[in-house]
Amino acid sequence: MKSLFFKEINAFFGSLTGYLVLVLFLVALGLIVWVFPESSVLEYGFADLEALFTYTPYVFTFLIPALSMRMIAEERRIGTWELLRTSPLSVFQIVWAKYLALLVLVFLALVPTLLYAYSIAQLGDPPGNLDWAGFFGSWIGLLMIGATFAAVGLFASSLTAQQVVAFVLGVFLCFSLYFGFSALGDLLSGEAAYWVEEFSLSYHYASLGRGVIDSRDLFFLLGMIWLFLGGSVLVLRSK
Amino acid sequence: MRVIFSLVLLFMSLQVSQLTKVYGSQKVLDAVSFSAAPGRILGFLGPNGAGKSTTMKIITGYLAADSGEVKVLGENALENPKKVSSKIGYLPEHNPLYLDLYVREFLEFSGGLYGMKSSDVRRRVEELIRKTGLQPERHKKIGQLSKGYRQRVGLARALIHDPQVVILDEPTTGLDPNQLVEIRALIQEVAADKTLIFSTHILQEVEAICQDVVIINRGKILAASPLSELRGKATAVELTLETEEALELSWFESLGEVKFGAKGTNELILTVPEANEARKALMQIIASRNLNLISLNQGKKNLETLFREITQTP
Repeated sequence: MKSLFFKEINAFFGSLTGYLVLVLFLVALGLIVWVFPESSVLEYGFADLEALFTYTPYVFTFLIPALSMRMIAEERRIGTWELLRTSPLSVFQIVWAKYLALLVLVFLALVPTLLYAYSIAQLGDPPGNLDWAGFFGSWIGLLMIGATFAAVGLFASSLTAQQVVAFVLGVFLCFSLYFGFSALGDLLSGEAAYWVEEFSLSYHYASLGRGVIDSRDLFFLLGMIWLFLGGSVLVLRSK
Repeated sequence: MRVIFSLVLLFMSLQVSQLTKVYGSQKVLDAVSFSAAPGRILGFLGPNGAGKSTTMKIITGYLAADSGEVKVLGENALENPKKVSSKIGYLPEHNPLYLDLYVREFLEFSGGLYGMKSSDVRRRVEELIRKTGLQPERHKKIGQLSKGYRQRVGLARALIHDPQVVILDEPTTGLDPNQLVEIRALIQEVAADKTLIFSTHILQEVEAICQDVVIINRGKILAASPLSELRGKATAVELTLETEEALELSWFESLGEVKFGAKGTNELILTVPEANEARKALMQIIASRNLNLISLNQGKKNLETLFREITQTP
């Protein structure tokens, strides 16, 4: 399992695409947070990173399926899946090793944003004036959203042997789970709206962003991760 | 008693019995049974689409069987695929490889999959690179290698965990004649202390390196025996007899295998182990029954015609 994990990490950093995806991610975020007047913190005038936390999930819906699309689909397309499957690793171990590698990549993509927090804190008046609890709540929320999208992306990759199909499917699923349910909730009213809203990732993400790490939100996201990883295992076992 | 028992187990390190697999309404494997012994090379011979790959995929645990049993070194492979997988080295058809990995990197990764310690893996990789003649290409990416060298990488990967049973699915397809000879020699070298099965649709391949042969067609085993035994059958003589009168099979049954030829009951094909005696006896029957002989031809069967005959689709 360890060797599969490291192979995935190496595959990422051994190719130009890996770096490209990370760089594009940071450039996009950098533009949103610091440059575009619509969302720029500097224009906003308050020392918080609302922009970062609002827009990153949008970027994630594209970034994470782009990272995960290759992971299982490509193995199936070139036939190396047969090598993995006839090794002593179980399907669960294969999926888990790939998922962990994906998590590391998501984490690496997010680490540079810690610098943003430091910069904003320094720019505040007086310097150091930042709602750190809110920031870390949101940051952990973002990490959890990334982890959930990773499971969804991996699931999409396990459904098909075509990377492009896996990507489109992954983007669609991430988007539906994050925005779809809350948009649906807006259409409804009363009790039903509340329940539908509960199923959207954005609801739980917003709740974490208030700086309170509620176990219900964590369990919901962990449950989603478990659901999609389990789904991948089931799909792959039946093939 | 235990010793004898384990000796028997050792002798048949791979046993496949009554394996059946159905895809939709098509029976791809129909009660496939055979066994393989260590130190011998078993050629799994059959035309394309006969069920060779399916059988191998079931043995290695990649596909599930609908019924039947596979025993690898006494262990039930279908119930315990993960335990058995560490005892099997498998080279799938088309030899799938990660083209963007370096030769050593790939082999070390594969060793890791089988839970080998990194120091053991490094030693084993060195050994296999030497054994498979990969030395000149060792620092290249797999994508840069020729087909023959890729085949060596695939073979080295299948052997990385020193398995006792080695299963190679069409390891020689698409190689040029020189590469072919080299890979065959390599297979022979590897097989010395292992149970080795390889599939092919080329008869010459089996004749060149195998001791045992299993012939499969349309999911059914048609022959499973040592190659020498099959050769014995193949050196049999075929006598073709044509007469003016209609013949009956029962008149000639005492001489050998007998069937009607293409021209109906006037032509008879007789397969006998030895020609002279059979011809004499045949003439006696013709004389005693007062038959009008048109022609008597004698022909030799070789392994090629035998193979074509048993695998011919009606």
